[in-house]
Amino acid sequence: MITYWMCFILFLTGLYGVITRRNLIKIAISLSIMEVSTFLFFALIGYVDKGKAPIVNTNEPDQIYVDPLPQALVLTAIVIGLATTSLLMAIIIRIYRKYKTFDIREIRNLRG
Amino acid sequence: MKGMTVIVKKTTQLMAGIIFLYGAYVIIHGHLTPGGGFAGGVIIAGAFILVTLAFGSDFLNLRKEETGSTSTENIAILVIILLSVTGLFLGTKVFFLNFLPKGNVGELVSAGVLPLYNIFVGIEVASSIFIIFLALIIFKEEESI
Amino acid sequence: MELAITIITGFMILGAVYAIHARDLLSAVIACGIVGYGLVICFLLLKAPDLAIVQIVVETITLIIMVAVVLDSSREEAYTKLDSQGYIHALLSLIILIAFFYFFYISISDLDLLGKGSLRMAKAYIEGAAGKTGSANLVTGVVFDFRGYDTLGEATVLVTAVLGVIAILRLKGKK
Repeated sequence: MITYWMCFILFLTGLYGVITRRNLIKIAISLSIMEVSTFLFFALIGYVDKGKAPIVNTNEPDQIYVDPLPQALVLTAIVIGLATTSLLMAIIIRIYRKYKTFDIREIRNLRG
Repeated sequence: MKGMTVIVKKTTQLMAGIIFLYGAYVIIHGHLTPGGGFAGGVIIAGAFILVTLAFGSDFLNLRKEETGSTSTENIAILVIILLSVTGLFLGTKVFFLNFLPKGNVGELVSAGVLPLYNIFVGIEVASSIFIIFLALIIFKEEESI
Repeated sequence: MELAITIITGFMILGAVYAIHARDLLSAVIACGIVGYGLVICFLLLKAPDLAIVQIVVETITLIIMVAVVLDSSREEAYTKLDSQGYIHALLSLIILIAFFYFFYISISDLDLLGKGSLRMAKAYIEGAAGKTGSANLVTGVVFDFRGYDTLGEATVLVTAVLGVIAILRLKGKK
């Protein structure tokens, strides 16, 4: 059970970074850390003791396999995380070109 | 963006083809060994990014690469949608029907329509990640002109 | 197994804490790589080779994009001092932290120990997947045949993200 608590502490570390930091790059890094903790939690749920990787071998019919369903969910989520992070980086590049700073307290005049 | 030194260029010329071949192997054997469409797709994208980083944008024509990649990505996603809708017209009217014969478990030609799905998802993922990378480089060049 | 995963997750937490508090932005981005590559080792210990392949390449590509953004701009972070309102904020966050821990403890108490329990759907998938889909790789069979909608949605999200990136980073507008 202690592995679940460690995942939760990693999630709280990422949440602390998103709330308290003022630099945009730090916010993006903390978002990535929160996603990593979620993937680890999903993979931990699906683990079975003495189980092998879920590739079926027809010569051995009675073999315990690890649960394939959480792995399928995480496989999709990893690629979506990459898409989200790259979109966030594109917005950060645009903000830097216009305001010449990464600080979120100096990007106030959003009325254009 | 300038390219890198001669050592990096020569190593990239040797390695890029091998990485592309490994990505294609992971995609095609997706129903037999670990891997599949997504893993092979990101590996192929990694090979393209390696070539672009090593040779620089002075040497490659990045506008043409972007046009080709966008067309490839759109055609791949269109074929995926067509493959999944085909189930509505054959036999039992079910979305995502596996309509090709299944064969024996463990052979290369088996599992019905799954290898086709793997190939086209792999092409689509590789093109998407390469377009995202190209957009950042082209933007940086246009900004500095 | 539990001991190994706990130690690696401890290293990931240390790397994450350093990544948040570093003054130099390039060091923070590289410390973000510790968290990502530690996750690859955890996936290999949990017998999930598909996820390890995808995560290692995706983490490398994320690091490349972040380093390119940081090196092109400023590399320093402005120093923030703790003002007098900071102590009230710290006390409030401590109370909310205790509430978070209590709710997490309630929701965890129904889970089995690591490796002992299994989901109800897993038995139906493992026994039927090889015969019904015809593929030896169970994860591919689940992703493309039993859960085909999720894969279609994921492909759509990727195409939409590419559209968004191209639309944001366009310099020459319409005349």
